[in-house]
This record gives sequence, structure tokens and C-alpha cells, in this order.
Amino acid sequence: MMPPHLDVDAILADPGVRIVVCCGSGGVGKTTTAAALGLRAAEQHGRRTVVLTIDPARRLAQSLGLSELDNTPRQVKLDGAGSAAMAGRAGAGELHAMMLDMKRTFDEVVLTHTDPRRAEEIFANPFYQAMSSTFSGTQEYMAMEKLGQLHARNEWDLIVVDTPPSRSALDFLDAPARLARFLDGRMLRVFLAPARAGGRSMFNLVTASFGMFSRVLTKVIGGQLLSDLSGFVAALDSMFGGFRARSEQTYRILQAPETAFLVVAVPEPDAIREAGYFAGRLAQERMPLHGLILNRVHAVAASALSEAESLAGAEALDRSGDQTAADALRVHAALARQVAREAAVAAGFTEEHPGVPVAPVPAQPADVHDIEGLREIGATLTN
Amino acid sequence: MRTSDGWPARLHVVTGKGGTGKTTVAAALALALAEGGRRSLLVEVEGRQGIAPLFDTGPLPYQELAVATRPGGGEVRALAVDPEEALLEYLDMFYKLGMAGKALKKFGAIDFATTIAPGMRDVLVTGKVKEATTRTENGRRVYDAVILDAPPTGRIGRFLNVTAETARLAKMGPIKTQSEGVAAFLRSPMTAVHVVTLLEEMPVQETADAIDELSALRISVGKVIVNAGQPALLPTGKVSQGELRRGLVAAGLPADRDTVAGLHAEASAYLTRRTVEEGLRAELVALDQPMVELPYLPGGVDLAGLDLLAAALNPPDHPDTLG
Repeated sequence: MMPPHLDVDAILADPGVRIVVCCGSGGVGKTTTAAALGLRAAEQHGRRTVVLTIDPARRLAQSLGLSELDNTPRQVKLDGAGSAAMAGRAGAGELHAMMLDMKRTFDEVVLTHTDPRRAEEIFANPFYQAMSSTFSGTQEYMAMEKLGQLHARNEWDLIVVDTPPSRSALDFLDAPARLARFLDGRMLRVFLAPARAGGRSMFNLVTASFGMFSRVLTKVIGGQLLSDLSGFVAALDSMFGGFRARSEQTYRILQAPETAFLVVAVPEPDAIREAGYFAGRLAQERMPLHGLILNRVHAVAASALSEAESLAGAEALDRSGDQTAADALRVHAALARQVAREAAVAAGFTEEHPGVPVAPVPAQPADVHDIEGLREIGATLTN
Repeated sequence: MRTSDGWPARLHVVTGKGGTGKTTVAAALALALAEGGRRSLLVEVEGRQGIAPLFDTGPLPYQELAVATRPGGGEVRALAVDPEEALLEYLDMFYKLGMAGKALKKFGAIDFATTIAPGMRDVLVTGKVKEATTRTENGRRVYDAVILDAPPTGRIGRFLNVTAETARLAKMGPIKTQSEGVAAFLRSPMTAVHVVTLLEEMPVQETADAIDELSALRISVGKVIVNAGQPALLPTGKVSQGELRRGLVAAGLPADRDTVAGLHAEASAYLTRRTVEEGLRAELVALDQPMVELPYLPGGVDLAGLDLLAAALNPPDHPDTLG
């Protein structure tokens, strides 16, 4: 069964599409794909585009002019070589790029939603310091926050987002709902209780199960830690409303037709399994999945030679001492085997999600880390 | 106590950039360290269920189940750590909570601890790993080796350091004691972190970064494991269409123009790739860590493939002595 072909250019050209989210497991080339899509949208479709990257490879970042984490979009200088097709058309696009600085984004959120005195208090809290820079999980919240900010500024035709390399590709989707659940939960009230009661302990609270809960919590966490934590949550209390409203809004934007999700994978079992999981989950959340970008797909050039006859030929040539031709046939046999396996792995995805369009991208022998390389990827993506 | 010559630690943390095959390597290492009648435990912590398909089993529960045996009575067990279960188990083990665990659930505390409070999940998971590694039964250790399929290089420092961070935040009390215990265990000679890489630019870069980060955290780095190495073919580094045509004719294979050109293009791409790989290999050698190379399996990793990788990790001609 052949999947429908994914028309990437149609997505990039559609003025109704304002956000493209690239998601998938780690190591599948999400960041490179996001950068290539952004570049193509700017050069070929005349769109003012910003690419939000999470953790780009150093040389890719350099090629985009991102020499440091500075958390604000910078315009990427384009030499115009790729815009030849635009000649004569009005309104050439622009490419901007930024790298997410998790801690700085968190600081900005605090500053936006609270007064300066409170903000100082929060910045000084050891929990805040640990949470904003050390603990994993914060990156997902902050990536969504940054997306919300960029969207709210309404300065770009198109925002291309690279998602964090989460333990599960879905963590960033869950972040807003989790936050809302927490803010609605009784857990929060427990932490807030001592602070709101003016220093009185939470144990004055009445219901039996609540009392039991508090005892358990004190026993497990320890009184000192609990009161520090309570202080932290109380300090953040004033900004929760705004933070929550924002994350719910971002979630709704992700569900809207202005967003296009592209799942990125390579034809390997782990990546395809994650991609399938992701496709199912997006459907469940009613989020607009547009297709699968399948990176690093290998192909044989000498298609007349089967794997088996190449290996047999290599053995015959070994005996006659023709090392070079024998080795070339072995290279071909391994490639043919890999191609067959990749096709089988990719077919597994299509069997599971028959309606999802696919755009294969051929494997390159060397890594891509300049604008010209990104341009080529953009061209093969839309071929 | 039985340890392995080439793999001296007891807890083997396997990390690597996403896509480098760290789960496969962790599984192969678990097989290798179950040779000679030993018992190993392969642990997965990210809820990805990546281990089960490698051993052709259904999804792993939060239980230590045998997934493979070795000649001579060796056994590999596997465990998928679920943070929520780990928390309830922890509470029950240390605090004899029973019903109170349900109250915690009702108040959203379990949710809080395992998903909202970033980092708590990692505290629970590393705690569970330490417990399994140090567990004894009738005075002897239950596992000769524990192999952890850990988070990728980008998060490994944070993951392994989270208990030290937590111990710092909790100035006293049970969480501090528990966290300090885990943090010390992860820094002891019992633990080694192995970094899996491919001969590709980003994985090699991340390998170097992870080694720096782990060293700064005083967590000991074990081996650099180079996965999916191409066989060394075409040693002269050159190939011409003429010799390929002659070879194809001599082997009785099609030797038309397209086939010769196609074969030549494939050989050239292989040589380009190999030149890149040689440069990257030199960068890895410069890191000055013990290095092991595993072959690329073009047909994918099945059980026979895992055995092959296990043998490459722990060559049978230098079998570990039981000491």
C-alpha cells in the first residue's frame, strides 16, 4: 500500500497556516527539517518566517547566525541565491531564527505576571532556581510558552517550531493540560494553606481525609522542605492565573486549522513506533496532523543487481583476486538489504495510519550545516 | 561478589543521542553480562516500551520478568519503571502507608510528584534503580549487573544529578537522606555511564559534551560504544567504472552502463561516508575513553543480531573470569 504524497509546498504556501510544528523522537533530524522548512517558506513562498529551535547542533546554529542562546528571534542573512524563483514576484520573505533559553523564558513569564518585588522573591527561591534550570520537564512548558508569545506578537506569517527531545515526543502536548490539572487540584491548596493562613499550619484544616493527607505529606516530605515548598508555591500564586490562561490558549491554537503538525521520523523501528504513537495521539487530541516527513531514506542506484547475486558475485571475485569490484558489490548488497528493511519499516506506519501523507527525504552521505544544504533539503522535501 | 573484567561496574547506565541505538546496545550488554550463569536486569525508564520488541515479548509491566536465558544458566530480566508505581511502592516500603497512598492519589499528589514537579520523576526512577542494584536475597545480590536504558545524552546529566539537586533543596528529613543515598551511589565505583554513538557528527559532538558534563558532576564514564560501524571495504579508497565493469563481467552479472554507473555512485557515496567516519573516529579516540565498536546490521536487529552484538561487547575468546 502506497501512502498519499505529502505536499509540503502547499502547506508552506498556504496563508491560512500560521504555525508548523515538527515533532518526533530524538535524532531524526527535526531541527534540520524545521530550519529547511523555514528557509523554503521564506525564499520560495515569500513568507515572513520565524524558526523556533530548541537545541540545534552547533554548526547548524552557526549557519543560521545563532551564535548564542539569546532567546529573541534574529534575522538570518540570506544571500538571495535561493530566491531566484521569486524574481518578479512581490513581497520577498524573511527568515528569522531563535534558540529557546529555558531559564530566561521562565524568568520572562514571572516578570510578565507578577510585580517586580514578588519577582525578586521568586528568583531568589532555591526551588525556582532548580526548577527553571535543572529539572527536566521545564523545557516542554517553556517551549509552549515561547510559541504562545511568538504567536501573540503577530509579527510573522509563519512560525516553524522544533519540539524538545522529550522522553516522549508527547510531553510538550501534555504540558498545558497537566498544568491546568495541577492548578485546579487540591494539591495546590495544600501548599498554599500555610501561607494563606498567615503562618498557621495546614493541620488546622478540618476534613478527615485532608488531615490524613497532610500527615502523610509531612511524614514523607519532611516539615522543613514542605514549608519551603509552600513558600515557593505561594510566591508563584499571583501569576498562576495568567500562566494558566496562556497555556490553555496555546493548546487551543495547536488544535486550530492555522496549525499544521508534521511528524518527523527515519525508517528505523524506534522512530517509526514513536511516529505512529504520535499520529494516534494527535488524532485523539483533534490536532491537525498534515503528514510524515521521512528523513534519511536510502535508495539503490544499481537497481539491476539483487542482494543475493551481488554477494555471490563478490565471493566469486574474491577467488579471482578482484578486491575492488568484490567490495563494491558488498557495499551494494548491504545497501539493498537496508533499503528493503527501511521500506518494510515505513510500510508498518502506513498500514497503521493509511490516510497520513508521507514525504521521503533521501539520505545524504555527509551532514548538513549550511544554508545551501538546508536549501537542498527543502527542495528534496517538496520534490 | 562476581564482577566482569571488561565491565567492572555493577550498574551500567547506557546513554547516547537519540537514534544511536542505545536501547539495542543496552539489551546486548544485558545479554553479555548474563554469560557464565549470571543474572542481569535490563531497566527501561522512559515509558517507551523499547525493550519488549527486541525480545519479541508483549509490553513490559512494572515487574522484573525473565526475557532471555543464556547457556549455563544465565538469565536476563527486564523491568519498565513506571514513576507512579515506583512512588507508591516507595511510600509503602518506607512508610508502610497502605490506604494513605490512595488519599495521596485523590489529592492529586501522585500526579504532582510524577508529572507536575519536574524532576521528581527522575528522583523516583533513579531510586528504584539503586534499590534493584543493591537488593540482596539470603545474603547475596539478586543481580550481578543492572543495565539502565537511560535518557539521551541531552538529558543524562540532569537525570543523574537530580538526586544531588534534591538533596540540596531538602535541607533535612527523609527526602534528603534518600536523595543523598542515591546521589552517592551514582558517584560510587558501582556505577559507570557508557555513551553510545554513531560515526555521525551530532552524536559524536554530544558524546564529547556528555563526557565533559558527567566528569564535572564526578560521575564516572565507562566506555564509548560506537554503534553501527560500516565494514571496512574498498581499502584503496578509489574505484573506477572500468574496474567495476570488468568485475561485473567476470562475475557474470549485468554490466550495462546504468548498472556500472549506479554501482560506482554507491561505492563513491560509501567512500565519502567512510572519510567522514574516519575523521569522527579520530575525534572519539581523542576523548581517551575505552572504546568498543559494534557492527552495523543492515537487516535490522533481531534476536540473532542481539547475540552478535553481545559477543562483540564481551568477546567470548576473552571470557570474563568469575572472581
